[in-house]
Amino acid sequence: MPGLEPARRRAIVRDGLAVGVATGAYGLSFGAIAVTSGLDVWQACALSLLAFTGASQFALVGVVGAGGAPLSGMATGLLLGTRNTLYGLRLSTLLGFRGARRAAAAQLVIDESTAMSVNRESGEAARVGFLATGLAVFVLWNAATFVGALAGNALGDPKAWGFDSAVGGAFLALLWPRLRDRRNQVCAVLAAALALVLVPIVPAGVPVLAAGVVALGLGLLGRDTSDPTEVPDPDDLPEGGLR
Amino acid sequence: MIWTAVLGCAIGCYLLKLAGLSVPPRVLERPVVRRVADLIPVALLAALVAVQVFATGSPGGGQQLAVDARLAGLAAAVVALLLRAPFIVVVLVAAAVAALVRLV
Repeated sequence: MPGLEPARRRAIVRDGLAVGVATGAYGLSFGAIAVTSGLDVWQACALSLLAFTGASQFALVGVVGAGGAPLSGMATGLLLGTRNTLYGLRLSTLLGFRGARRAAAAQLVIDESTAMSVNRESGEAARVGFLATGLAVFVLWNAATFVGALAGNALGDPKAWGFDSAVGGAFLALLWPRLRDRRNQVCAVLAAALALVLVPIVPAGVPVLAAGVVALGLGLLGRDTSDPTEVPDPDDLPEGGLR
Repeated sequence: MIWTAVLGCAIGCYLLKLAGLSVPPRVLERPVVRRVADLIPVALLAALVAVQVFATGSPGGGQQLAVDARLAGLAAAVVALLLRAPFIVVVLVAAAVAALVRLV
């Protein structure tokens, strides 16, 4: 296999860095929302460092901030984390990592690193794209979480700043790119309706988990329409959106 | 309890990533499994939006539905998304509009 030209390698690394910088802004909002939802600065940082997958982290703090049981938030976060498993399946043969390198690379399997590696021209280009994007996002996401958490602490009353509303906006922004597909639209409406019906009758946090049933039902009933190995396209990423 | 949830989520999310890189790809390639897996984020995120905007603590200690400044914040977020604003702008607009509605 011919090696990657230095200029090509630099271009791929530069793209990865750009995605990382965009994601940093998103990390600021995660840090601020996490502390105004009731986590402390260290819990917010531990999530970004160890869980390192934006939508799951937002789900956990969203449920806790809404008064739900932390374990319901954890369960919601884990369900959202399942999509990284699908990315990993797609990436494993492409990247060809084994042993300790695979164990380390696993932490970097997220929307961005997948999108920036799966469509490359060779295995080496895919590896460069994966590592450059994954590492850039990892460093900037964690730094931004810390700064955002400190800023959130300094702001005082979260409601006066509209932070409770910011969380809804964050989830909508994560959902938005997925709403182009008809089945996803139906799924979103049914899931939101089911959750709202359940809000007055079950403990906080449970309505969101129960909405997962809608995904199960539609998935079992539906027919296959899309590419089974579909992953996010670089163009699908909102600026700085780990979805 | 929050630490338990944080660490549980962290360990679980890592293992989910590692599983993808480690198991033979055909295990999860059954169409039904993949369809459900694709729809789970959609269902959960939609439910999170709804609950975040309409649920509020009730006097009895449980939760109830309410329409308040958060709905204005969400509407503003929709406008920002239609205008293709970046993530951070969407979040800030949702917060600012809700805060403004509460002021007036």
